[in-house]
Amino acid sequence: MASDTTAAVPSPTPGQESTAPARARADERRSRRYRRDVRWSPYAFTAPFFLFFAAFGLFPLLYTGWASLHQVELTSPNDMTWVGLRNFSRLLSDDFFWNALRNTFTIGVLSTVPQLLIALGIAHLLNYKLRGSMFFRVAVLTPYATSVAAATLVFVLLFGRDYGMVNWALGLVGFDHIDWQNGGLSSQLAVSTIVVWRWTGYNALIYLAAMQAVSADLYESAALDGASRWQQFRHVTIPSLRPTILFTAVVSTIGATQLFGEPLLFNGSAGATGGSDHQFQTLGLYLYEQGWVNLHLGRASAIAWAMFLILLLIGAVNWIVSHKLRKGMTS
Amino acid sequence: MRAQRAGRQLHGGRLTYAVLIVFTAGSLFPLIWTAVAASRTNTRLAQTPPPFWFGSHLFRNLQIAWTDANMGAALLNTTIVAGSIAAGTVFFSTLSGFAFAKLRFRFKNLLLLLVIGTMMVPPQLSVVPLYMLVAELSWTDQLQAVILPTLVSAFGVFFMRQYLVEALPTELIEAARVDGASSWRVVWHIVFPVARPAMAVLGMLTFVMAWNDFFWPIIALTQNGSPTVQVALTGLGRGYIPDQSVIMAGALLGTLPLLVAFVVFGRQIVGGIMQGAVKG
Repeated sequence: MASDTTAAVPSPTPGQESTAPARARADERRSRRYRRDVRWSPYAFTAPFFLFFAAFGLFPLLYTGWASLHQVELTSPNDMTWVGLRNFSRLLSDDFFWNALRNTFTIGVLSTVPQLLIALGIAHLLNYKLRGSMFFRVAVLTPYATSVAAATLVFVLLFGRDYGMVNWALGLVGFDHIDWQNGGLSSQLAVSTIVVWRWTGYNALIYLAAMQAVSADLYESAALDGASRWQQFRHVTIPSLRPTILFTAVVSTIGATQLFGEPLLFNGSAGATGGSDHQFQTLGLYLYEQGWVNLHLGRASAIAWAMFLILLLIGAVNWIVSHKLRKGMTS
Repeated sequence: MRAQRAGRQLHGGRLTYAVLIVFTAGSLFPLIWTAVAASRTNTRLAQTPPPFWFGSHLFRNLQIAWTDANMGAALLNTTIVAGSIAAGTVFFSTLSGFAFAKLRFRFKNLLLLLVIGTMMVPPQLSVVPLYMLVAELSWTDQLQAVILPTLVSAFGVFFMRQYLVEALPTELIEAARVDGASSWRVVWHIVFPVARPAMAVLGMLTFVMAWNDFFWPIIALTQNGSPTVQVALTGLGRGYIPDQSVIMAGALLGTLPLLVAFVVFGRQIVGGIMQGAVKG
């Protein structure tokens, strides 16, 4: 088939030899096509991303703002009644909202700080020349492969009041059983443990990558100055890692602000309340409870925007801190 | 020679190994104990001290989790969802990343800034309208409800751009242009081959993220419709089947595919995360 059609079409070579204008026209056509291609292909290549982003990212984002000014129920999402800022003013006088905000903050600190400190230490150790270093790296990353759901279900058992392994181990060294699910701080500690377990190894690898990028010369000259290993870690490693530490701190803080699956499932069959006394209900969980348990989509939207404002605040603080750091480095 | 490179290449001492082994044990223990608990009976799990070694009920529990808790369907669904999202993200991110790295067009920097800005927006912020949209289209409990909203990723675009800026020589593109290659041919014959390592890393990271995605799937899908693994596990955890050993069997089933992938591709995944860290 293919050879038939090529035979039927007259060969272009003699035509090009005979008429210069025809050749010029072909060139012109080609260069026009070329210019059109160069001009429009970037838009074609980026269009899919921006189309999807507009439909499933930007539009919902703005519409959440719109919905937060309405009373909307999950049962009939098209029925919207304008209520102005009432959803927001209600939040301000809503004890459960402030409780969730406080819990998000406490659990955020309890999970982020130990996570990053341990990760820093582990990364330092992984940076030594080790036998089986790849085994250690893969092994510390396995919790990252475990989903929130699977991890939380196991930890619920481990933290069980009567038969859990944690209480059993504590009992061996003479402690009383702790009611991890119903306690205040103890339940928040347990939820934080799940987060720490899942993310420490991942952060350790990020620190390790940054440590390997630190020039060996810095350590050499520090060693020549008689700096001990600890002093090297303190005065060479940590300052070189400052941007990375800031980056991981921001990412973990964002993650902590959105905490949802762990407190939901840590409550077992009791639903989205975050414990009998809401003692570990986070903002993410409260949003879910308002929207999909109590069916108030408008109020859920207002919580979403409150969370966004908190994130912007964190972003601003981060920007100021990193700005100061950069200034500090150059001066 | 090696000794002179000092500082960083010191051999780890005994204490280093000891601490790392303890930490590794802590990382692996909950996973191993998931399997231990999944091989026991519910009655045995309600006794003290807790079991430390495998029992004989693993297959019975896996069977119950597979059929009664819908884990079989969940695994299939999650494979479809995570596979589609990974493929879509890699393909679209490479195209956009290439455009942002090497092509000239209007508003390029502004658009790039927009891409980076979207990485900051939390998923909670779009979940209410997304749900209304999905309900309007009658997509609840259908897999496209969780595939389409995450089919592209700002992180992916940024990741591919950072890689291609350095890895792809501009002269190579220009040479192909001089030979009359169209943009599409440039993408197909130059960009994709050059980008392949980064595409593999992005694909793996996206697959893991999509497999474990939680917030949106439990809103858009239900336990008895077409659940993903995480939705099915949530159903289990919230008392769908009040048998702890079966719950652990479900958790094991839902985690095993990724764990196997980590054992097989561990080196590449570790390399990818560390590479992404230096770039980012």
